[in-house]
Amino acid sequence: MSLDAVVPRPAAPAVLPRSGGLRGVLSDLLWRRPGLLLLLMLAPPLLWLGIVYVGSLFALLLQSFFSIDEFSGLINRQFTLKTYGDLFQATNLDIILRTVTMAALVTLASAVIAFPIAYYAARYARGRWKALFYLGIMLPLWSSYLVKVYAWKLILAKEGILTWLFDKLHLSWLLDAWLSLPIVGGNSLSVSFTGTFIVFVYVWLPFMILPVQAALERVPGNLVEASSDLGASPGQTFRNVLFPLALPGIVAGSIFTFSLTLGDYIIPQIIGTSRLFIGQAVYAQQGTAGNIPLAAAFTVVPIVIMGFYLWGAKRMGAFDAL
Amino acid sequence: MTSAVSFKQVSRHFGSVRAVDAVDLDIAPGEFFAMLGPSGSGKTTCLRLIAGFEQPTAGSISIFGERAEGVPPYRRNVNTVFQDYALFPHLNVLDNVAYGLMVKGVGKAERHKAAEEALALVRLPGYGGRRPGQLSGGQRQRVALARALVNQPKVLLLDEPLGALDLKLRENMQEELKSLQKALGITFVFVTHDQGEALSMADRVAVFNDGRIMQVGTPEDIYQQPSTRFVADFVGSSNVLPPDFVQRYSGQHRWGSLRPESIRVGRAASGDGVAARVVSSNYLGATTRLLLDADGLKLHAMIPAGISLPEPGEAVMLTFNRDQLHLMDEPA
Repeated sequence: MSLDAVVPRPAAPAVLPRSGGLRGVLSDLLWRRPGLLLLLMLAPPLLWLGIVYVGSLFALLLQSFFSIDEFSGLINRQFTLKTYGDLFQATNLDIILRTVTMAALVTLASAVIAFPIAYYAARYARGRWKALFYLGIMLPLWSSYLVKVYAWKLILAKEGILTWLFDKLHLSWLLDAWLSLPIVGGNSLSVSFTGTFIVFVYVWLPFMILPVQAALERVPGNLVEASSDLGASPGQTFRNVLFPLALPGIVAGSIFTFSLTLGDYIIPQIIGTSRLFIGQAVYAQQGTAGNIPLAAAFTVVPIVIMGFYLWGAKRMGAFDAL
Repeated sequence: MTSAVSFKQVSRHFGSVRAVDAVDLDIAPGEFFAMLGPSGSGKTTCLRLIAGFEQPTAGSISIFGERAEGVPPYRRNVNTVFQDYALFPHLNVLDNVAYGLMVKGVGKAERHKAAEEALALVRLPGYGGRRPGQLSGGQRQRVALARALVNQPKVLLLDEPLGALDLKLRENMQEELKSLQKALGITFVFVTHDQGEALSMADRVAVFNDGRIMQVGTPEDIYQQPSTRFVADFVGSSNVLPPDFVQRYSGQHRWGSLRPESIRVGRAASGDGVAARVVSSNYLGATTRLLLDADGLKLHAMIPAGISLPEPGEAVMLTFNRDQLHLMDEPA
C-alpha cells in the first residue's frame, strides 16, 4: 500500500519557489547569513548598554577623581585622589564598615532562613503546594517596597503589634533586655539596628530563596538516598552532599542580598538609627552637601566590594545556578 | 542457617496501591538472587525495603537474623548500586568510592587506599582523580559498584544496574558481576526486568507480578517448569496452552506450557500432529521465530538457522515430545 492511497497529494516540485516581494528576499538573506540577524537583534541593546549604562558609570567614576573646593563649594576638575583619601576619615570609614557588616549579617540570616523553605519547596512541594510556594515568595515582590517598609515601621513601633505580642506572651522583659543592649538596641525596634536588620532580611529574602530552591531542585533525590545508604546520618548527608550542592545557589542568592543591602538608602532612613549607611551617605553628599566627588567615591565602594565578591562567587561556581 | 534476608508476610501499601503484598521470601547467605518482573510489579519496592528506604506497612524483615523494621538505611550494613548510579557530582571518583568510609570516620590515607583497591577490583585503577561527569556509562557503573563494595556490605543490592548500558557492555558486565560475586562471597540481590539477565546470572530467581511473588526457583525451574501462566509467558515467552488443548495430549485438564524451541515444524499438510498455518516469521540470526496459527491458537516456534523455512501462509504440521509439555499448578 503506498502513502498516496492514504494521503493523496498533487505532484509537487522538489524546490519550492521563493515567496514574493521583499519579505521573501529578506527571509532568504537572513537564513543564509545568520550573523546578520544576530547583529540586527543585538545592536539596540548593545548601544543602550554601552552608552547609557556603562557611559554613566564611567562619568561617575570620573567624578570621583575630582575634588571639591572647601570654600567656594565648586568642583575642581583636576585629577586627584584626595576624595578617595576622604573616605578613610574615621566617620566615613565607620559608614562603610557599618554597611558591610549589616550586608553580611543580612546575607547570613537570609541564607539560614531561606534554606529550609527552599528545601521544602524543592523536595516535597508538588502541584498546588508548589504554586502556593511561588505565590507566597513572589507576592511581596509585586507590592510597593515603600508601603512594605512603612508597614514594618508600624509593626516595629513602640505601640506596634510586636510590642503588644511580647506583652501578651509575658516576654516584655526579653524585648526590653534586647533593646537595652548597646549598638543593636534603642528606644524601640523601629529606631534600632535590629529593626533595620529585620526589615532588610524581610525585603531581600525572596532573592535568596529562589536561587537556593533552583539549586536544590537540581540535586537528584537519589543522592540523598545514596548518602544514607553509604552510612551517613542525616546531619552528615546535609554537610557532605546537600550543602555543597546547594552552595552555588546560596552564593548566587547572597549576591542579591549582599549587593542590595550595600546600596539601599530607604530602609535605614525609615527604620533604624540616625547613623548613616553608604546609600544614605551618597544621597546626602550629592544632595544637601553638594559634594558630588565624595558621593561618587562612596558609590565606588560597593562596586569594588561587589567586584571582589563576584570574583569569589564565580570561583565557587555560583553562576552555574542562575 | 540464618537467611541473609528474610521477609515474613511483608506488605508495603501506598494508599490503595499494594506495591508489595504479603510477600514471604528467604535469601541464603552468599547467594546471587534475582528479582524479576515487569515494571510496577513490586520488585524495586522489595529492594528498597531491604535497603531501608521504605518501611513495611505490615510483616517483618530480618537481615542476617536481625529485625530491620524501623532501622534507618545508614544503620544497615547493606549497600545499593542505584539504577542511575547516583554518584556525587561534586566529588571526584576516589572521594565517591571513599564516601562510606569517610562518614564512618576512617582516616584519609586509609580510606583512599581502600578506595584505590576497590577501583582496582572493578578494573578502573588510576581513575580516582576524575569527576563522575567525565566517565562513560559503563565506567560510572563500575564506580558505583566500587563505592558499594568498599564498605564490605553483608548484602549488596543492585537496582537494574545494567539497564542503561548497551548490549555488548551489558554482556561483559553480566559475566563480571557473576565472577565478582563468586570471588567475594557477598549476597547479591539483583532487580531486573530482563529475563535473560536473571536466568544467566542468578542462582535463584523470584518472579514478581502485582506485588506478589509468583514463583521462586533456580533459573532451570523457572524456565522449564513455570507454575503459572504469567511466569510461562513472562520468562522466555513460552506458549501457554489452554486446558482443552492440553487434555488431548496429556489426559489432564490443566493449563500447560510449551517452549518455542520444543516445537518441530513439519512441511507436510497432513499426518500426525497439530495442523497450523504460518502467520509471519522473524529472522533473529541464530534462530528464526515463527508465529503460527493452530485453529485459532497462537503459537510461537523457534527454528534453528540452516533449516529451510516455510513461507507465511503455508500449511504446516506441528509436533513435539509429550514430556516437553509442562503442566502448570495453576488451576484450570
